[in-house]
This record gives sequence, structure tokens and C-alpha cells, in this order.
Amino acid sequence: MKSMFIALRFSIVLMLICGLVYPLVTTGFAQVLFPKQADGSLMTAADGTVTGSKLIAQNVESSMLFHPRASNAKYDPTASAGSNRAVATTDYVKEIGDKVAAVKADNPGLAKIPADLVTVSGSGFDPDLSPEAAKAQVARISKATGMSADALNKLIDDAEQGRQLSIFGEPRVNVNALNEALLKQIKP
Amino acid sequence: MGMGFLQVAVTLAIVMLLVKPVGTYLVNVFSQEKTKLDRVFGPVERLIYRIMGVREGESMGWRGYLGAVLLSNFIMLILCYLVLRLQGHLPMNPDGIGSMPAGQAFNTAVSFITNTNWQSYSGENGLSYLSQLLAITFPMFTSAATGFAVAIAFIRGLAGRKDELGNFYVDVTRSITRIFLPLSFLVALFLVFQGVPQTVLGAVHASTLDGGEQTITRGLIASLESIKHLGTNGGGWMGTNAAHPFENPTALANLIHILCMMLLPTALIYAFGLMIKNKKQGWVLFGAMSVIFLAMLATVFVSEYRGVGAVDAMGVHGNMEGKEVRFGISESALFTTVTTAATTGSVNNMHESLTPLGGFTALAEMMLNNVFGGKGVGLLNGLLYLILAIFICGLMVGRTPEFLGKKIEGKEVKLASIALLIHPLIILAPTAIAFLSPNAQSSIANGGMHGLSEVLYAFASGAANNGSAFGGLSANTDFYNIGIGVVMLLGRYVSIIAMIAIAGSLAVKRVVPVTTGTLRTNTPLFSGILLVIILVIGALTFFPSLALGPIAEHLAMPK
Repeated sequence: MKSMFIALRFSIVLMLICGLVYPLVTTGFAQVLFPKQADGSLMTAADGTVTGSKLIAQNVESSMLFHPRASNAKYDPTASAGSNRAVATTDYVKEIGDKVAAVKADNPGLAKIPADLVTVSGSGFDPDLSPEAAKAQVARISKATGMSADALNKLIDDAEQGRQLSIFGEPRVNVNALNEALLKQIKP
Repeated sequence: MGMGFLQVAVTLAIVMLLVKPVGTYLVNVFSQEKTKLDRVFGPVERLIYRIMGVREGESMGWRGYLGAVLLSNFIMLILCYLVLRLQGHLPMNPDGIGSMPAGQAFNTAVSFITNTNWQSYSGENGLSYLSQLLAITFPMFTSAATGFAVAIAFIRGLAGRKDELGNFYVDVTRSITRIFLPLSFLVALFLVFQGVPQTVLGAVHASTLDGGEQTITRGLIASLESIKHLGTNGGGWMGTNAAHPFENPTALANLIHILCMMLLPTALIYAFGLMIKNKKQGWVLFGAMSVIFLAMLATVFVSEYRGVGAVDAMGVHGNMEGKEVRFGISESALFTTVTTAATTGSVNNMHESLTPLGGFTALAEMMLNNVFGGKGVGLLNGLLYLILAIFICGLMVGRTPEFLGKKIEGKEVKLASIALLIHPLIILAPTAIAFLSPNAQSSIANGGMHGLSEVLYAFASGAANNGSAFGGLSANTDFYNIGIGVVMLLGRYVSIIAMIAIAGSLAVKRVVPVTTGTLRTNTPLFSGILLVIILVIGALTFFPSLALGPIAEHLAMPK
């Protein structure tokens, strides 16, 4: 009975230390040191309304904007979902074939198809595109907005983020940042 | 691919550099003599012991130690279960989440107490903030600390002269105050710096750039992420785990996640060598595990870069399905190998959409269950195979097998066999049962060979206390909630019970002096023998099921 009582006190004390004190103290430090990130890297419009998070991809249907990677979550953060496709099947190969054809329709002569453009992301909210995948959308956006391809390519080059510490990760462009920049040019 | 290779090499080099200093630190943490650390942490710990009613100097025999493990884990299980069942009525629930149903709450509480972190719920819509703290973050600390404590107790039995394995409560408290809390705090702050949210405020509503609406869920994510990987737990705040940009926003955050997973399991093996005063013995184990790890890593890496032949032919190179741009193929392959080796179970890419050989690797690592392995338990599984290898070698050369001067006899081998055989039993038997039940089969998302892998993966993940999944399987049914719940309990506690019993039995054995006739177990040759025995036992047990699942799928892949 005594050992039971010790085990119970042991469990409750640790529950309070690890489950309440630690996360709340961490929150205090995080909010003071990195307030922007701690709140979710939110983006705001000029009038202060929240337009999304820089880290979370949004549903974009307009042909005038860059489209993020396909999402199994329909870009709804309240129900995240990644791709759970079995890739070694004929169904999958056929589906990729259709997507490749669509990319080629906009970009005749493109030999290497950016893999991220024709696949579904892992998180459902992949905020990035490879620079190649962004450039494969230039022809479409140029047609819809009337902006020159050169101007759009420059937007992409300016937004490109390299590998961290020159080693880790892959070169990428943040689609939300890209679209913010693009919108500024379309509606000044 | 060149840059991909470099990233992996640099990451592994950092892991290797940390092994010795961290291993040495671990020995100090658990030392029963006074160390400098006592001056730093002593006052806080003594206060905690007083509130708990624990007497610091009291050492437990193997029965007492085991009793404390089981009793405290059972109480924590009940506490977590209650929080989940009542979360709808408790505070800190800004998104208004309802209480969890019984079957799922059982599965979830077991999952986190056993260090598995299998998730049949999705955090962003299934848990209140309070549950994320009290029923998820809290057991992430204690389950990791429990694994550590058991491993340390086993080593004390192996190296000791009497049945005194230490004090379970002290071992757990020390690993939390001296390792997990300070490290988790620092890592959490770094993750926030990289973009992981840490806020008590609820979801935020956004009017998106294309004129749509989006509700962005947040939470105290960073403080969960750091212990999730330091404790090789693996359960994410969000459903898509470390693939989610809020859990793993950058490649640097990803690097820190990987280092945290590898840090303690690798260092513990070195610490083992130090504690038994036979560093070579530690390296023998380390060597065998490293060989398997590198072979597995190479398999996923190459297989994912190659992708599916028929897709490659269309000009789409590499398999990016279910992966994130910021990690690319190399960081995804590395994460997959590490998370299934260290039995963490978090994912930064969806394992279900790996190529067949990529999925094979993840499955195989969980089936072997000793490639570095989870907190403490990985070392124990490695030692189980070591005991078996010594026994088999002893039989081959006709000598009484000894390990560190202690005779390995019938009792130890029987206990070791039980601990080893329970693992395949609780993977293969429930998989077979699932395929006999139409109800269980209806949860499968992808048909055919891939469907077999889905179910096999689920039970392998539960048995290895890993927690990752082929996510297509709809696991939130009574069959899988209860079935995997029971598998997780058996996978965790049967081997813990057997190992502590072996420790108790070895602790009181007379030490036989080393002679020229003693089988030397700390040589590279023995490392090779250990490796072969691990692979032969693993292959004999699991090859048929792997052949029907991922291997057949690979052979049938559209070219």
C-alpha cells in the first residue's frame, strides 16, 4: 500500500512538472524571444487582417497566381492529411502520366518534369515549390495576367531560398511569399 | 544526389562526434556515487523526492525494481486515460474538442505510456491543448525515462555483485531533471526560432490570398516536438507529424530532429561499455548495429532516388509522392531510416507512399527492433541478441557460455528466448487474424500486396513500440484500437519483465576468472557473429511475410 502511494505521488508530481510547468515556461520564453514564429508565422494584409501563415500552403485556384503542390487535406489545417498512395501501381503511373501531359501542355519541350509538381505533398500544406516547379507555371500566369515571362522569372529568382548553411535541404520558393509579391505587381 | 549524399554524411558525422561526450555524461547521470552533477541538480531533485516520498539512497532488488516500473506505469496509464476521456469538460481547450471515445482513449493512453506513439487520432481535431500536455507531452518524458531506467538497471545487474539494481524512482527523476528537461527546453526554443509555433491561443482564422478562407490550427507545438524526438517517442501534434510545416519548418529543424533521435540511443551503447568497464564490448554492439543501419539507409536512399521505373520514363525523376520540397529525397530517406531504427515513429514523409523497397526497409528495421532502438529498450534488445549469440557460440565450441565472467545458463536463455519470440508472435499472429476478419480488412486503403504491407506495418509498429504507420489504414476502429493497444503492451512489458529478471539472476552469480579458454565477446569477429545471428533470426522469422508484401510489390513494379 505504501509503494502504491509513492508511485501515485511520483506520477502526479512528474505530470505537473513535465506536462504543465515545462510547456508553459517554454511558451513564456518563446513568446518573448521569437513572438512572430511562436504565433505561427502569420501574414497580414495592410489593414491588419490575417491572410494566412507563411508556412501553410493555401488553396489557390486563380490562374493568375502560383499554385502550391497538390494537397490531400484540401489545404484545410483542421484536418491534415498526406499522400497515402501506393506508388508501384499502374493506376498511379497513369495518374502521373495525365499530370505530366498537363504540365507539358503549358510547357512544350520541357524534358525534365519537376517531380514536386505532379505529386501530392506529405503534410498537405507544403508551402514550397522547387524553383523549376514555379517556373513551369510562368507561361500560364503570363497569359492570364499579361505580365512578361521575364518579370515572372525574376520574381521567382528573387524569392528563391538556398540550402541552409549551404548544405541542408533543397532550393525552394515559398508560394505564399511569391503570390504576395505577384499580387503587389498585379494590383499596385 | 551528390548534395543529398553530403547532407546525410554530415549528419551522421555529427552523430558520431556526439557519442562519446554524451555517453560519458550519461554514465555520470546514473552514477550511484557522488558526482559534480549532484551539486547542480541535487537541491531540486531532493525537493522532488520529498514531495514524492521517495528515499534516494534506497536500492531495489530486481523484484522491487520491476514492481515499481509496472506500478508507476499503470498509474500513469490511468491518469492519461482519464484526461483523454474527460478533455471536453476540462480547461485549455480553445478549439472546443470533444472527449475521446473509450476504445481510442485506451489505444492512445497505452500508445504514449509504452513509448510507441501510434496515433489513431489526428491531434489538430482530436485532442484539446490540455490533453496534448498532460496525456501526450507528459508520458513522452516518463516513457523515455522508464526505458532508460530499465536499461541502466540491467547494466547494473550485469556489472554488479549483488541483487541491487538501483532505485527506479531516482533513475527516472534523474533522467528527466538532468537530461530530458534541460535539453527539451533548449531544443524547443531552437525549433520556435525556425518557425514551430508555441502558443496557448487557439486556431486563427485567415482570409487567403486567393480570396478563400482558412482556419489555421496552432498550439504548444515546440515543447512537444523536442521531447518527442529526444525521447524517441514520435507522436506529432498534427496528424501529418513531422512532415507538417508547423512541426518541422526547415531543413535545420529537420537536422535537429534527426540528431535528437540518434543522440541518446547511440550514446547509451557507449555508456554501456563504460559502465561494464569494457569499452570494446560497447563498440562490438555499436559496430553490428551500424552495419545494419547503413545497409538500410543505402536501400531507402537509392530506392527513392530511382523511384518507379515507368514514372521515371516520363521524365519525372525520383519519388516525391508524400514528400516535402524543403526536405527533398535525401532528408526524407534519412529521416525514414532513423525513425524506424530508433523506434521513434515520427515521419517527415508519408511511409505509405515510399517505393516498395523503401517501405521494406522501414518494416525490416522495426522487425529487427535493435538497430540502435528506442530509449533504453534498443540497447536491451541488442543485449538479448548478444546473450543468444554467446549461447550459440558456446554450444558450437562446447564450452559453458559466459558473458563478463558470468555464466549464461538455462534460465537466462529461456527468458531471453521469451523476450525474443514474443516480438514475431505479436506481429504475425494479429496480421493473420486481421486477414481473416472482413471487418478488419475493410480498413485497408490500398489493395493487393500493398494492403498486406499496411496491416503488417501497423502491428510491427505497435510491437516495436515505433508508432509510424502506413497512413492509409483506417486504424480508428475497435479492432485496431484494441488489437494494437494489446500488442503495444505486450511488446513493451514482456521484454522489460524478462530483462529485469535476467538482470536479477545475473547479478547474484559468482564471477568466473578469465582464462585462455574464455570465449572473447569483445572482438570484431564476435561483432560479425552477432550481426549474422541478428540477420538469420530476423530473416527466418519475417522473410515469408516480407516476400508476400514489399518484395513481391517491388518485383511487380511497373517498369
